[in-house]
Amino acid sequence: MAISNTQALGKSPKPGAFRFKLPAEARIFMVLLGVALIFELLGWIFVGQSFIANKERLIVMILQVSVIGIIAVGVTQIIIMGGIDLSSGSVVALTAMVSASLAQTSDFARAVFPTLTDLPVIAPLAAGLLVGLVCGLINGTVIAKTAIPPFIATLGVMVTARGMAKWYTQGEPISMLSDNYAAIGAGINPVIIFLVTALVFHIILSYTRYGKYTYAIGANRAAARVAGINVNRHLILVYTVAGLLSGLAGVVTSARAVSGQAGMGMMYELDAIAAAVIGGTSLNGGLGKITGTVIGTLILGTMTSGFTFLRIDAYYQEIVKGIIIVVAVVADQYRQRNRRS
Amino acid sequence: MLSLAPEKPLTTAPSQPPVAAQQLLIDVQGVRKAFPGVVALDDVSFRLRAGTVHALMGENGAGKSTLMKILAGVYTPDQGVYRLHGREIALTSPLDALENGIAMIHQELNLMPFMSIAENIWIRREPLNRFGLIDHARMYQMTRELFAQLSIELDPQAKVASLSISSRQMVEIARAVSYNSDVLIMDEPTSALTEHEVAHLFRIVRMLREQGKGIIYITHKMNELFEIADEVSVFRDGHFIGCKQVEQLSHDEVIRMMVGREITEMFPKTIVPIGEVALEVSHLTLDGVFHDVSFSLRQGEILGVAGLIGSGRSNVAETLFGVSPASSGQIRINGQPVTIDSPRTAMQHGMAFLTEDRKDTGCFLSLSIQENMQISVLGGDNLQAGFVRQQALDAMCEAMSGTLRVKTPNLDERIENLSGGNQQKVLIGRWLLTNPKILILDEPTRGIDVGAKAEIHKLICKLAGQGVAVIMISSELPEVLGMSDRIMVMHEGRVTGIVDRADATQVSIMTLAAG
Repeated sequence: MAISNTQALGKSPKPGAFRFKLPAEARIFMVLLGVALIFELLGWIFVGQSFIANKERLIVMILQVSVIGIIAVGVTQIIIMGGIDLSSGSVVALTAMVSASLAQTSDFARAVFPTLTDLPVIAPLAAGLLVGLVCGLINGTVIAKTAIPPFIATLGVMVTARGMAKWYTQGEPISMLSDNYAAIGAGINPVIIFLVTALVFHIILSYTRYGKYTYAIGANRAAARVAGINVNRHLILVYTVAGLLSGLAGVVTSARAVSGQAGMGMMYELDAIAAAVIGGTSLNGGLGKITGTVIGTLILGTMTSGFTFLRIDAYYQEIVKGIIIVVAVVADQYRQRNRRS
Repeated sequence: MLSLAPEKPLTTAPSQPPVAAQQLLIDVQGVRKAFPGVVALDDVSFRLRAGTVHALMGENGAGKSTLMKILAGVYTPDQGVYRLHGREIALTSPLDALENGIAMIHQELNLMPFMSIAENIWIRREPLNRFGLIDHARMYQMTRELFAQLSIELDPQAKVASLSISSRQMVEIARAVSYNSDVLIMDEPTSALTEHEVAHLFRIVRMLREQGKGIIYITHKMNELFEIADEVSVFRDGHFIGCKQVEQLSHDEVIRMMVGREITEMFPKTIVPIGEVALEVSHLTLDGVFHDVSFSLRQGEILGVAGLIGSGRSNVAETLFGVSPASSGQIRINGQPVTIDSPRTAMQHGMAFLTEDRKDTGCFLSLSIQENMQISVLGGDNLQAGFVRQQALDAMCEAMSGTLRVKTPNLDERIENLSGGNQQKVLIGRWLLTNPKILILDEPTRGIDVGAKAEIHKLICKLAGQGVAVIMISSELPEVLGMSDRIMVMHEGRVTGIVDRADATQVSIMTLAAG
C-alpha cells in the first residue's frame, strides 16, 4: 500500500499543461503519512492501541534513525552531485573506534592509550571528525584525480576503513568511556544533532554557491566545467563534507553505545542511500532536497517502529524495505521519463 | 536467426549476371521528417538505380543524414512513400532494413572492441556446430573467404580494439558486404582512410556496382564525387534540389547547387568601428586535432569560422577557452601572452564561450532558468558572507531575459520546458552577465526558428558595436557571410584561408572548406 503511494510520485503532468504544483517533498510527506496511517490501522486491528499517539514511540522512532539521517545528509549532497558513497558505514566504525579510544577514563586499567585517558571531550570529538574528514578527502581526491567511478573508489575505502577499524584494537571493543563523551549520544541528543545538521545543510544547499555548484555539476558536469566551475575541487569538497558527517555519525554512535566496536555502522551506507532516494533525490544527479531526505529517513524509521509495534519479525522488515527502495527508484525513473516527453 | 549465414552464401563471385542498369532499387517520393523545432526534410524524392553509385551532397544540415537514416530504417518518415523493388514498405528498425537487403556503414564506428573481427562480422548469424555451439573454425574460414574477395588483409581472430581506425572502417565495410544486400549506404566512408586505402575502397565499390548493387555514397569531397559516382542528388535546407548525371556536371555547378540561395538582406550586419587587437593566436596546436592555427581578432570585429564538421573549428574554440588546453602555440590577450588551462582562467581573461551543443555542454536541464543563467556569476559582489545574493541576481537575470526577450512566464520554470531558441537566449544571457570582452559563439543559431535567429543576429551585431570581439563558428554559409567582417576557413585541422568580407563568396568559402 505504501507502494502505490510512492508510484503516485510519477504522475507529474506534461510540461506546458496546466498543473497544480505540489513540491516533491510534499508528495514524499504524503507517503510518510500513508505508511504511518497503515500502521495506525493495523495497530487498532491487531494490537488494540494507537501507533501514532504515543510520544515515546515517536521519539524512539526518530532516535533509531538519527545516525542514518546524519549520514544521509552528506550522501544526499553526493548523489545530487551525480556521485555515490559506499564508505559511510565503515567510516562510522573507524571513527567510533578512534574517538572512543580517546574518550576512556583512567579508572580502566586496560585502556587503548593508557597515557591518553580523561581527556576533555573535545579531543575525541575532534579526532572523530578528523578521521571522517580524511576518509571523505581520500574518496574525493581519488575520484577527482583518477576519474575512476565513485562506486569503485568508495567501495575501496569502505573495505579498507572497516579493516582499519578491526585492526585498531585487534578486534577488541573499547569501553569505559567518560560521562561527558557519553552525553553526546544520551537522551534525544542524536535527534537534535540530526535535525540541526539537516537544517544547516538545507540552508547551505539552497542559498550558497557551494549548493548551486553541487546541483549544477550533478545536472551536467561538462556544462558546469564550461561555465567556469572548478569541478574537481568541488567534487573533493563535497566528498570531504560527507566524510565529516559520517565521522559525526560515528561519534554519536559510539557515544550512545558508550563503547566503540568495529562492527558498528554495518550497512548504514545503504540505509542512507535509501533514505535519500526514497526522499526524491535522483541517482542521475541534479535533483534532490535535504528536506526530502529527512522525510525519507523518517519513512525508514516508521517502518522499523511499525514492524516492531506489530511484533512482526525483523526479516519481513528487510524484505519490505528492499521492495520500497526499488519502487522509489522506479518511480524516480518514471518521473524523469515523463518530464522528458 | 542463427541459420541466416548458411542460407545466404556470399554471391560476390563475378559470374553473377549484371542487372539491368535501369532497374529501380529504391524509389522514395514526397518524404517529410520533422523534429521538434525543425523540419529536417520536406517533400524530398530520391531514386536509386541498380548497378550505380549515387552520391548525396549538401552542406551540413541539408538533410542528407536524415534521408539516409530513413532509408536505413533508423527514422520513420512523417509523410511520403518508400518503395523498395517497386513494392511499398515501411521499415521499423535498422534490423528490418538489413533483412530487406539494405545495409548501412555508419560514420561513427559501431564495432565491439573486445571481440574478434570474425565475431563482429557474423554477430547474430554465427555458424553453429551440431551441438548448437558456435563453430569458430568455420566462422574464421567464412571471414577469410570474405576478405579474399575484398582483398582485405586482416587476421579474422584479431581483436577489433587492436586495429587502427582505417582497419576498423574496412571491417565495417566487409560486414556490410557480408549481408549480401542489394543496397549499401556509405556515410563519408573515406573520412578515416589514407589515399591508398581510399583506392582500395573504390575498387570494392566498383566491384559491387558490377554485381548490380546500388550504392548510396555520402561525401563532402568533390574529387571523390567525380571519381566514383554515376549520379548525384543535391540537398539544401531539407529540400531536394536536383539529381544529375555526374558526367554532365562541373565542379562549380555542384557547388552552386549546394549553396544555391541568394544572400538576402536578412542579416542586419552593421559596420562598426574596429578597435585594438583583443586576441592574437599564433601557431596554436592541439596534437592530433588541429595544427598551426594563427589569427588575430580586434575589438568590435566579428570573425566568422567556416569549415565542415570535423574540420577542427569547434576544437579551436574549446582550446581557446581552456576546455582542452593547447599542446603548443601562443595566445595573447590585449598584447599580453596568457596561459589558458581551464575555462575558469579563460573567464578571468574576459572570455565567454557559447558551446555548440546546448544539451551536452550548455544547459542544466533539471534546473530552473534562473539557476542556469546565474551560474557563471556566483562570486564577487554577488556573494555576501558566503551566501548568494539571490535578490540582486534575480533582478539581473530578470533584466537580462527582458533584454533578450526570453519567452517564459517566470524564471523559476525549468529550462528544459523552453524551446531551443529560448534556451539559447538563456545561455547567451549567462555569458553576457559575465561582461565578456571576447565572445566565442559556436553555432549560435543551430536548431532555432527564423524569428529567434534574426534576434540573435541583431544581438551579436549590437555586442560588436559595444566593442566586444566576436568569434562566430557556423555551418551555415549565409550566416557566416552575412555576419562576419572576416572569415577563417578550416579543413582537416588546418586553416586554409582567411578571407575579407568584401572578397568572400559562397563558392570561394566552400572551395577552401573542401580543401
